[in-house]
Amino acid sequence: MFNLSILFPSVLNGLTTGAVYALIALGLTLIYGVLHIINFAHGAALMVALYGVYWLKTGMGIDPYLALPLMVMAMFALGYGLQRGVINRASHGKDENILLVTLGVSIVMENLALLAFKSDTRTIETAYTLTTVPIDIGIGQAMIALPKLVAFGGAVIASAILILIVTRTDLGRAIRAVAKEKHGAKLMGIDVEHVYAMSFGIGLACLGAAACLLLPAYYVNPQVGGGFVLVAFTIVVLGGMGSFAGALVGGLLIGVVESLGGLYLGESLGQIGIFAIFIVVLLLRPQGLFSGNS
Amino acid sequence: MSSLSISLRERLSIAVFAGVVATLLWVLDSGVALNFIMMTLYAALLAQAWNVLGGFGGQFSFGHALFFGTGAYVQAMAQVHWGLNPWLALPLGMVISTAVGLFVGALSFRYGLKGSYFALVTLAFAEVFRIVATSVPFTGAGVGLMVPLREGVDNMQFASRRGYGLLVLSLVVLALCLTHWLRHSRFGAWLQAVRDNEDAARAVGVNPFGIKLGAIALSAALMGSAGAFYVQVFQYIDPGIAYGPHTSVEALVGAIVGGMGTLWGPVAGALVLHVLADLTRNLFGQLPGINMVIYGMVLVLMVMFAPRGITGTGQSIRRWWLRSDRDHKKEQA
Repeated sequence: MFNLSILFPSVLNGLTTGAVYALIALGLTLIYGVLHIINFAHGAALMVALYGVYWLKTGMGIDPYLALPLMVMAMFALGYGLQRGVINRASHGKDENILLVTLGVSIVMENLALLAFKSDTRTIETAYTLTTVPIDIGIGQAMIALPKLVAFGGAVIASAILILIVTRTDLGRAIRAVAKEKHGAKLMGIDVEHVYAMSFGIGLACLGAAACLLLPAYYVNPQVGGGFVLVAFTIVVLGGMGSFAGALVGGLLIGVVESLGGLYLGESLGQIGIFAIFIVVLLLRPQGLFSGNS
Repeated sequence: MSSLSISLRERLSIAVFAGVVATLLWVLDSGVALNFIMMTLYAALLAQAWNVLGGFGGQFSFGHALFFGTGAYVQAMAQVHWGLNPWLALPLGMVISTAVGLFVGALSFRYGLKGSYFALVTLAFAEVFRIVATSVPFTGAGVGLMVPLREGVDNMQFASRRGYGLLVLSLVVLALCLTHWLRHSRFGAWLQAVRDNEDAARAVGVNPFGIKLGAIALSAALMGSAGAFYVQVFQYIDPGIAYGPHTSVEALVGAIVGGMGTLWGPVAGALVLHVLADLTRNLFGQLPGINMVIYGMVLVLMVMFAPRGITGTGQSIRRWWLRSDRDHKKEQA
C-alpha cells in the first residue's frame, strides 16, 4: 500500500497544488490579519479571476502566464473597489455584517457567472498543457505536468513578493500598524480606510496570480470557488489566522493531504480528509497549530 | 387593541394568519396561486428555522442545509428502504435532524466557537455530509433517491398543491407558536440574554452551553421538517439539493431580510423574496441563477441600509410617524 513509486509522485503533485493553495490562503490571511474579517467572497473572487484568465486566452489570445501582471492589477482594482465601495459601507462597524455582506457578494458573483457562462466546465488549451517533466531524486522518480511545476514556482515567487511587500515596504509597515492597532495608526496619520482597501486589494491580487497559474492545468465553472474557499479556510485555520508562515506550511500540507486522500480513498471521499482536519482544528485549536497560546 | 397584552395579541395574530391563509388555500383554484403560496410558506419555514438559532440565539449558521438535507434523506430513505409511512417518517426525520444539530452544537459550543468560526464549522459540516451522501450507496449516491408515486392522503401525497399548502401551513404555524414561546418564555429570555452578552448571562446563572444547545436542537428540528416536506412535494432528493449552499442561503436571507429575532420577520422576508423572485422571472424569463443574484443583492442592500430587516425598519418608521404626528398635534394645540 505504501509503495514509494506511487507515493512519491502523489506527494509531489500534492506539493505543486499546495503551493497554489498557499498563495490563495495568503490573500485570505492578509485580509483577516488586517481587517479582522473572514472574506467569504474569496472563493467567488478566485472564480471571477479564473474566468478572466479564460476570457483573455480564448477571446484575446493572451497566454495565461503573460496575462499574470494584467490579472494581478485587475483583481487588485476589484478588491480595492469592493472594500471601499461595498464592504466598508455596509459594515456599520459590526463583524457579523461583514460576514453577511461578503457572503452576499459571493452569491452575486457566482450566479452572475452562472448567468453569463452557464454551468459548463471550461478548460483552455495551451502548447504546454500536456508537457510533462521527469523528476528524479534519490528516493523516487515521477513525471510532473509542466503547468503544475510552473504553478509551484510561480506560487513560491508570488508568496515571497507578498511577504517582502508586507515586511519591507512603507505600505507594508502601514498595513502592519493598522493590523496591530488601528486607532494608534490613525493618530500617526495613516489613512486607515485606504490601508484596509489596499489590503483587500492585495488579498484579491493573490487570487489573480493564482488563477493564471492554475488554469493551464485546471478548469473553471461557476461553482469552482466553493471548493477552494473551504480549502483556503482550512489552511488559514490550520496555520493560525493572520499568520503568513502558517499559511505557507498549511497550504503545502493540505495539498499533500488532498493528494494522498485522493490516492487512497478515491477522488470524492478524499476531500473528506481536508474537512476532517478543518473541523478538528477549528474545535481543538482555533488559534492554529503554529501560533502560540491565544 | 392596546389594552390586550402583547402575548395575547401575538397569539391572536397567529390564529388570524392561519385562518386567512387556510381560507385562501381552500378557495383559490389557480395552480399558479396555490404554488406561490406553498413555496412562500416553505421559504418562510426555512427562514423561521434559521431565525431560532440565528435571530434569537445570535449564532449565524451558514450551513443550515445540514439539517434540511438530513430531514429530507430520512424522509426519502424511510419510504424507499424501510417501507415506513411518510406521516411517521416526518417526525423521525425531525428527531434525527435534531440529533445532528445536537452533535454539531455540542462540538462547536463546547469549544466556544462563535461568529465567523461557527459559520465556517456549520458550512464545513454541510459539505462533509454532501460528500458522504455522494459517496455512499444507501443515499443513492450522486443519482439521488426517488420516492415512488402513490397518491393518497394516508401516503402524504396530495392531488394538488392545496394539500401540500395546508401541510406546510401547519408546519409554519408550529414554527410561529415556537417563536411566540421564545419571545415570552424563560428559555427565550435566557437565549436572548446569551445572544446579547454571554458573560453577563453566565454571571446571573444562565448556562450558555445548554441554552445554545437547546436553540440549535429546535432550529434543526424545524429545518428537518422543511426537508421532509420538500421530499414529499418533489419526490426526489440528491446530495446537491439536500446539502448544497442554496437552502442555507435561502433560510438565512429570508430571516435577515424580514428581521432577525422577530415573530413575523421570517414570514415577511420569505414573502418579499418570493414576490421579487417572481417579478424577475417575469422580467427576464427562466434564467439559471437569476433568483440567487437577487437574493445576494437584497442581502447586501439590507445589511447596508436596513440591518434590522423589514419588520424592524417598519417599526422605526411607525414610531417616527407617531412621534411626528404627536408633535404636529402639539404644535396645533
